[in-house]
Amino acid sequence: MGQIVAFTGNTAIAEAMRQINPDVCAAYPITPSTEIMQQYSSFVADGLVDTELVAVESEHSALSACIGAAAAGGRVMTATSSQGLALMWEMLYIASGTRLPIVMTVVNRALSSPLNIHGDHSDSMGARDSGWIQLYSENAQEAYDNLIQAMRIGQDMRVRLPVMVCMDGFIISHSIERMELLADSQVKNFVKEYIPHYPLLDTDHPVTYGPIDLQDYYTEHKRQQVEAMREAKGVILEVAEEFRALSGREYAFFGEYQLRDAEVAIMVLGSAGGTAQAVVDELRADGVKAGLLKLRVFRPFPWEEINQSLGHLKALAVLDRADSFGAFGGPVFHEVRAALMESSHPPKVLGHIYGLGGRDLGLEDIRRVYRELERVARGGQVNQVVDYLTVRE
Amino acid sequence: MKEKKEKGWKEIPIGGLILEAGNATQYETGSWRTFRPVRDEDRCIHCLICWIFCPDSSILVEDGKVVGIDLTHCKGCGICARECPSRVQAIRMVEETTFEGLGTWD
Repeated sequence: MGQIVAFTGNTAIAEAMRQINPDVCAAYPITPSTEIMQQYSSFVADGLVDTELVAVESEHSALSACIGAAAAGGRVMTATSSQGLALMWEMLYIASGTRLPIVMTVVNRALSSPLNIHGDHSDSMGARDSGWIQLYSENAQEAYDNLIQAMRIGQDMRVRLPVMVCMDGFIISHSIERMELLADSQVKNFVKEYIPHYPLLDTDHPVTYGPIDLQDYYTEHKRQQVEAMREAKGVILEVAEEFRALSGREYAFFGEYQLRDAEVAIMVLGSAGGTAQAVVDELRADGVKAGLLKLRVFRPFPWEEINQSLGHLKALAVLDRADSFGAFGGPVFHEVRAALMESSHPPKVLGHIYGLGGRDLGLEDIRRVYRELERVARGGQVNQVVDYLTVRE
Repeated sequence: MKEKKEKGWKEIPIGGLILEAGNATQYETGSWRTFRPVRDEDRCIHCLICWIFCPDSSILVEDGKVVGIDLTHCKGCGICARECPSRVQAIRMVEETTFEGLGTWD
């Protein structure tokens, strides 16, 4: 067993980064992710890592510098939140389109306006089509484990895509939890030596990055990105298996809890998973066949596996910590519901928006969802397919 | 322009990278031209100012003398005509439609 520590999510990420020891980090501070790079800059100043830390004037510059460093051939990491991610927007697509396996921690925070510094998924959910792999974490341990695995997933020659490791702002980033660290040597061996792909600094073999790509080849390059996402599914599972052998901790596309014989279930991402799990335990004690699916990998979206896992249910509620204004429900809801159309007898699928701007999700909120699911599973009428779970009328 | 077989997505480098250095010469940008530079050999003093300013390296020079203009790549920007000293005026821009075909050298 590794060393047991009491760390916040941010400290866990900084510690993982110290163990990974990337070549370059360029970052700009923003709540609630600031501490990550603040602590990391101490590691740099103390000579504990070999990283070139680039202090820049904005997040747009942060990701631009990361892109340049990754194209040069370096192993590159950064971290941000909310408005910072929003300011990176155009560069997100440059990183993925140029196939640079930058790994970025996104400490999830609501987007302005109105101004709010607390946790919801509107930042990373808005970036769901930017071509980055997205891993969501339930707690500090998962954030640490996801970050280490993200290195291997992104840098795999079958993938070569950037990866976001997401964790809920404050709820995970600033809460102290018991967690287990791997030894420095274990992490070093696990992430392996970074092999650059056509590095710009290899001046004996000059290549061009970022040329214009018009009607004749742009589609082919996009098709390659689709393939990389498909390949990533296999790689994510391979890396998870290797990580299990190392740490004893199991990862897949999602975590299943009491799902096999469940009739009703909830699906969530991030820190709400633990809360929902507590309610499932209560309900099971009362004889209710309740289950839970905690989604870890949102990109690539594991729709076949979700279908297999949830297709037998009578009713399902998908909880989204971000809204998609004017759409038919939250981003996770409508993708899950669409995936379940491939089932022979799809369950009734309800969508709930919750926890915006860091609003608490209580046990009673989740109990209410399960009660509604039970009613619908018994043939009760669905009053509203998509609804807000925690809002005052 | 010669017919090129376009490759499928499995055959090209990822990320839009171009792996071959200096292959811009294969891109025949001469077809973009609206005005063609026409050089008067009798007026040219071979000062090479046009060669310095040409953004497409299309002024062809041998042994320190201008020998022609690479019309396969010249985009017709007119900088050479503009920069040619006013007392010389060896280069004129002529509407491309008055010529037949793209031309190679002047």
